[in-house]
Amino acid sequence: MAFINISSPHVQRPTKTADIMRLVIIATIPGLIAMTFFFGWGTLINTLLAIVVALACEAACIKLRKRPVMFFLKDHSAMLTAILLALALPPFAPWWVTVTAVFVAIVLAKQLYGGLGQNPFNPAMVGYALVLISFPVEMTRWTSPFELSGNAWNVLGFSDTLQVIFLGWSETIQTLAHIDSYSGATPLDTLKHRNGLTTEEIWQSSTVMANVGAWYAVSLCYFVGGIFLIYRKIFTWHAPITLLVTLALISSLFFAIDPDSYADPLIHLTTGATMLGAFFIVTDPVSSATSNKGKIIFAAGIAILVYCVRTWGNYPDAMAFAVMLMNLCAPFIDQYTQPRSYGHKQAKKGSYNPEKQS
Amino acid sequence: MGKVFAFHGGIHPPENKHQSSQSSIIKAPLAKILRIPVQQHIGVAAKVCVSVGDKVLKGQRIADAQGKFSVPIHASSSGTVCAIDLQSVPHPSGMNALCISIETDGLDQWIEHQGLEDFRALNKSQLIDYIRDRGIAGMGGAGFPTAVKLHLSDDHIVNTLIINAAECEPYITADDLLMRERASEIISGINILQHLIEPSHVIIGIEDNKPQAIRALKEAIEHSTYNIHVVSVPTKYPSGGEKQLIKLLTNVEVPSGGIPADVGIVCQNVGTVYAINKAVRLGESLVSRIVTVTGEGVSKPQNYETLIGTPFSTLLDAAGHRENNTARMLIGGPMMGYSISDTAIPVVKTSNCIIAASAREMPEPEPSQACIRCGLCEQVCPAQLLPQQLHWFAKSQEYEKAQQHNLFDCIECGACSYVCPSNIPLVQYYRHAKSSIREEQQERRKADLARERFEAKQMREQRAIDEKAEKRKARADQAAKAQEAKKLAAQNADISPENALDKLKSALSDTQAQIVSAQQALDALSGNSDASSSDTRLADLKLQQAKTKAHKLEQSIQDFKASDNTAIIDSKKLKIAAAQANTQLLKAQQALKTAQEKSLPGIEQLTATIAILNTEATRAAKAYSAVTPDAGTGSISKTSAPASASAAKQAIDLKKLKTAAAIARTKLKKAQTQYQQLLDQDLQDTDEAVALKEQLQLLGDKADATETAFISAKPEQSQAAPAAELQQNYDKAHKLYHKAFDALQKAQQANSPAVEKMQLSIDKLKVKLDNAERALNGATQQTTTVPTITATTGNSQSNVTPPVDLDKLRLRYQKALAAVEKAQLEQNPAAEKMKVAVDKLKSKLDSAEQANLETTGNDQPSTAPSQTLSPALQTDVDKLLKRYEKALVTLDKARLDSSPAVEKMQIAVDKLKAKLDDSLQQAPTTTQAATESVEKATTPGQTDQEKLQKRYNKALLTLEKARADNSPAVEKMQIAVEKLKAKLDNSQPQPAITQVVTELVEKTATAEQSDLEKLQKRYDKALITLEKARADNSPAVEKMQIAVEKLNQKSVNAEALANSEASNVLASISTESQE
Repeated sequence: MAFINISSPHVQRPTKTADIMRLVIIATIPGLIAMTFFFGWGTLINTLLAIVVALACEAACIKLRKRPVMFFLKDHSAMLTAILLALALPPFAPWWVTVTAVFVAIVLAKQLYGGLGQNPFNPAMVGYALVLISFPVEMTRWTSPFELSGNAWNVLGFSDTLQVIFLGWSETIQTLAHIDSYSGATPLDTLKHRNGLTTEEIWQSSTVMANVGAWYAVSLCYFVGGIFLIYRKIFTWHAPITLLVTLALISSLFFAIDPDSYADPLIHLTTGATMLGAFFIVTDPVSSATSNKGKIIFAAGIAILVYCVRTWGNYPDAMAFAVMLMNLCAPFIDQYTQPRSYGHKQAKKGSYNPEKQS
Repeated sequence: MGKVFAFHGGIHPPENKHQSSQSSIIKAPLAKILRIPVQQHIGVAAKVCVSVGDKVLKGQRIADAQGKFSVPIHASSSGTVCAIDLQSVPHPSGMNALCISIETDGLDQWIEHQGLEDFRALNKSQLIDYIRDRGIAGMGGAGFPTAVKLHLSDDHIVNTLIINAAECEPYITADDLLMRERASEIISGINILQHLIEPSHVIIGIEDNKPQAIRALKEAIEHSTYNIHVVSVPTKYPSGGEKQLIKLLTNVEVPSGGIPADVGIVCQNVGTVYAINKAVRLGESLVSRIVTVTGEGVSKPQNYETLIGTPFSTLLDAAGHRENNTARMLIGGPMMGYSISDTAIPVVKTSNCIIAASAREMPEPEPSQACIRCGLCEQVCPAQLLPQQLHWFAKSQEYEKAQQHNLFDCIECGACSYVCPSNIPLVQYYRHAKSSIREEQQERRKADLARERFEAKQMREQRAIDEKAEKRKARADQAAKAQEAKKLAAQNADISPENALDKLKSALSDTQAQIVSAQQALDALSGNSDASSSDTRLADLKLQQAKTKAHKLEQSIQDFKASDNTAIIDSKKLKIAAAQANTQLLKAQQALKTAQEKSLPGIEQLTATIAILNTEATRAAKAYSAVTPDAGTGSISKTSAPASASAAKQAIDLKKLKTAAAIARTKLKKAQTQYQQLLDQDLQDTDEAVALKEQLQLLGDKADATETAFISAKPEQSQAAPAAELQQNYDKAHKLYHKAFDALQKAQQANSPAVEKMQLSIDKLKVKLDNAERALNGATQQTTTVPTITATTGNSQSNVTPPVDLDKLRLRYQKALAAVEKAQLEQNPAAEKMKVAVDKLKSKLDSAEQANLETTGNDQPSTAPSQTLSPALQTDVDKLLKRYEKALVTLDKARLDSSPAVEKMQIAVDKLKAKLDDSLQQAPTTTQAATESVEKATTPGQTDQEKLQKRYNKALLTLEKARADNSPAVEKMQIAVEKLKAKLDNSQPQPAITQVVTELVEKTATAEQSDLEKLQKRYDKALITLEKARADNSPAVEKMQIAVEKLNQKSVNAEALANSEASNVLASISTESQE
């Protein structure tokens, strides 16, 4: 008789890695829709482009590493990375910026380290940080959201967007002069380069700030997606909530001290990559801290770094840098945040010490 | 009661219990052959007690328990033992084990059995044994011998009994059905446990997915008078885990590595309780159990009451096994059970379930993907571990880290594997890691054991060798002792004073030679930069001790000579002492050598040797003191014979006190040396230090007491001004000393580096104190004689002189002190500095002479004519002075050309001899001169003589102090100072000159004889020293020569002084006689 002879347990929950990835991808859809709705077709085009490039890169790498291509492609991790990256990039980012970012994320940050589960840094953030540093002009040319107060949905047409993305800004502007009116800065950018104005004055004078509602809406979508994932127990509340709370606390503190030179907490929480980062980047299990306590420390660190760079640093947003810096700390955090195991008086801390072992 | 807590993690796998729980328990068909393994429990396998062919009845014991951790095995049905061999048994590995096969006869006939009518009648231990004899072992899964668990209340305070009825594993319904159908028996079993364990409360923990069982139990409890709670816990795997159930019901955690009894809890499985009840009430051994047969592979999932040993295939067949629909065959539940490939294996005491799973319900696991550290495993781990981290560590074989992450707290429940989205067989990784670690530990233990065994063997062998060597040594020692005794006997036969003296002399010379060689070694050692300074210091100390011993020997020789007629016993004693000292010295030398060879470890040996030397020295000293009282009294009686009775008595008392003070002082010094040793050893052991300090203080007190006794001895003289002054002086010095001593103690407590310096200054102060004391002694002696002077002369001038003299002496003494301090300050070319010091001492001696002259000058008005009356004595003094100058010249010469020093030394010694001859010739002249005026007055002369004597002593003391202070030069100076001391000792009888003056009136010849002998002695000693120096052709020779030169010089000085004093005395005598 040929019964299978394997060790326990003999039953398994059907939820697989691919399912988790798929759920996360689904959770990004509201955000993607909101981005497309407010900022035009650019994000959608970028997302599709990124997915294609990501899958191609992933497949090529797996092939080169002599692994079963389809088995690994089906875990959807590359697709998720591509989507997150595309959501972070400006809607008018030229195609080569997206391709570069995705290539770096998939090949350099993930596959070269040994594929899924082996990467020390969040791949999407590595790709994003690289292009942010390399192509500052393209990366800061954000799209201005359509005005809700206006008559109708007014975003750059699909073909025009394609032209901007694939032909380039300077070429397109020669033929399509009006596209210039579709570009603009982000609220964080505006608050960063305030030209001596107080926060109050910026709010009153800037058109960008007048349209801040668009960012609020997008953030809300990400938030909803994140809550859905927490509900589905894809990740725990620890990292995202800690990040948001910490960021809110710091920004409130400084805003309370000097409301004229510091942005209010709501702006910090709802613009830039805060929500996307809190629910989709920081929660990346591979590169974050392991235990619940570790996740809290990890996320709090990110929040502090984000605020510091945003307020006093050179970049209007800093999610990518903060996440990568804390990725570096994750193994260390893990060493000191072991949970107290059952039957132990206290948690073990630090690295292995033979003298401590009884 | 009834509150439910929570444990971390847990999962909710599909229960799949309804399939088998629909119908009630039925009896499994009787198998043709029952295969009963002899080990169905944790612990030692039972020992087969039947043989093939034996007829057995149901419940008959077929294997006996072996030891405490074992239970017996009983036949499950009646029949014949058909085989006792290795058969495959239920085990994850599918291994074979010893089984007793019984061919059933179909009768299923019970052996005669009877339950206990009243189990409370038996004492607990007997009842537990009874349960054990019925073969009860844990039926929850592990098979822990129940008796062992029941004995836990013997040494643990157990207040809670938990009945585990959770049955959290999917599929299994055996306990569920048992509780539904036989609740009252279970409660009855609990009553037995209550009687045995006496818990304050009993909790039955049961998952809330068994409402029927809960109801049944509650109904059963209603009829019971006992305090039993049925607590339903939320259905969550693994709530049936012992630790998890305890946490759920009591919120108490079982300590890692501990057992529930450590927190006052005992857990029993509900099936076990049922079996206990059956055993106690009916006397039935454990021969059957309830087994769930379920899975899609059987058409009629069912619970069977199955005889132990029944093949699973029998059960499967009964349940309608569909082989083609079975992909996996599991024993136990799906979470922790194990797969089997052979259904012929028997049901054992721990088999609760067999699952014939179809491929649909338990599909083949998908290939595992990479861990994405999603942390799902961490969220479900009931042991609160970090499973993903453990996985990484196990995978990379970082077992230390895995242990650091509490790998061994993993209960292998499988929750992590269950939730892992990447299909990683986590539990398998942990099992592998655990077994690897265990294997490693076992190997290490084995290696340790082997090493220990080897070391023990080596030690044994070494011990045997040592013992042999010791025996050999003991034999040799005995032989040597016998030889010695023989020799001694021979010596005793023809013992004579001369022989004894010679022997002592040779012993002395040997000792001295050894000293010199030791010194050489010491020099070499100090020259050797590698040798530690402490070593050098130690050696130095030892040398000093050896020297004192040699000195003592010398003294004893002298005493021997002085008291020629002393009993032979004394000489023997001395001889023994000398021999002892000799051997001790030899030992010290050896120790020194070893210290040189291995600088550090030798220190301990050295200290030990020194300790021995110390005791030996004291013994020698005792031997010496045994002789000295005789000599002392002899001389005193000699001295006091002509004097008045009262005066003599006083003198004796004073002298005694003096000697007592001296002894106290030496003791003090010894203690200090010891103390120094202690310091050198770097032994900051406070106990010893304190003890020593106390000793020091004691000695100091003793010295004080002697002092006070001394003071009280001369109360009538205390009003005299100089004495009072001296007393003050002495007191000052004493205070200073004590202050310094206190400071030293403080410094020692503070462990400061200044300690050594402090010690030195203390020594200095001590010497100062001694000086003051002596001065005081002198003063008191003076004052004793002063009244007589005033009585005879009526001249008040004499009363004035002593203070003047004393002041001068004090000044001189201070000068010397300053010089010594200078020398101390500039420590490096110490020899030169010492020379300066010696020069100063010389000048002091000169000044002493001058002072003496002054004293005589003061007496001039009355003594003017005496100078003319004793021209012969004056010339004598001149002669001696000349001789002294000559000696000085010789010394200078010797110093200048040091290379052929030996020859020069010879000349010097010759000269010394000539000088001695001269003085010998002079002696009668002096005596003759003395006789002329001796009748008139003897006392004033004596006084003067004593004054000088004191001065001389003081000078010598200063020299000693200089030696003590000037540490680097010690080696060189010591020899000189030792000699000087010897001289001093020799010149100590110099008062004898004064005595001679008085004695000569009656017996001139005797005095002459003694003087001659003394001088002879001095000469002999010098010769010996020279020869020694010559023998050791070392760098020390030159130094020795210089020392000897100096010695000569000193002796000449002393002689000159003595002579001049004598002349002075004679002059004063004559003056007085004139008056």
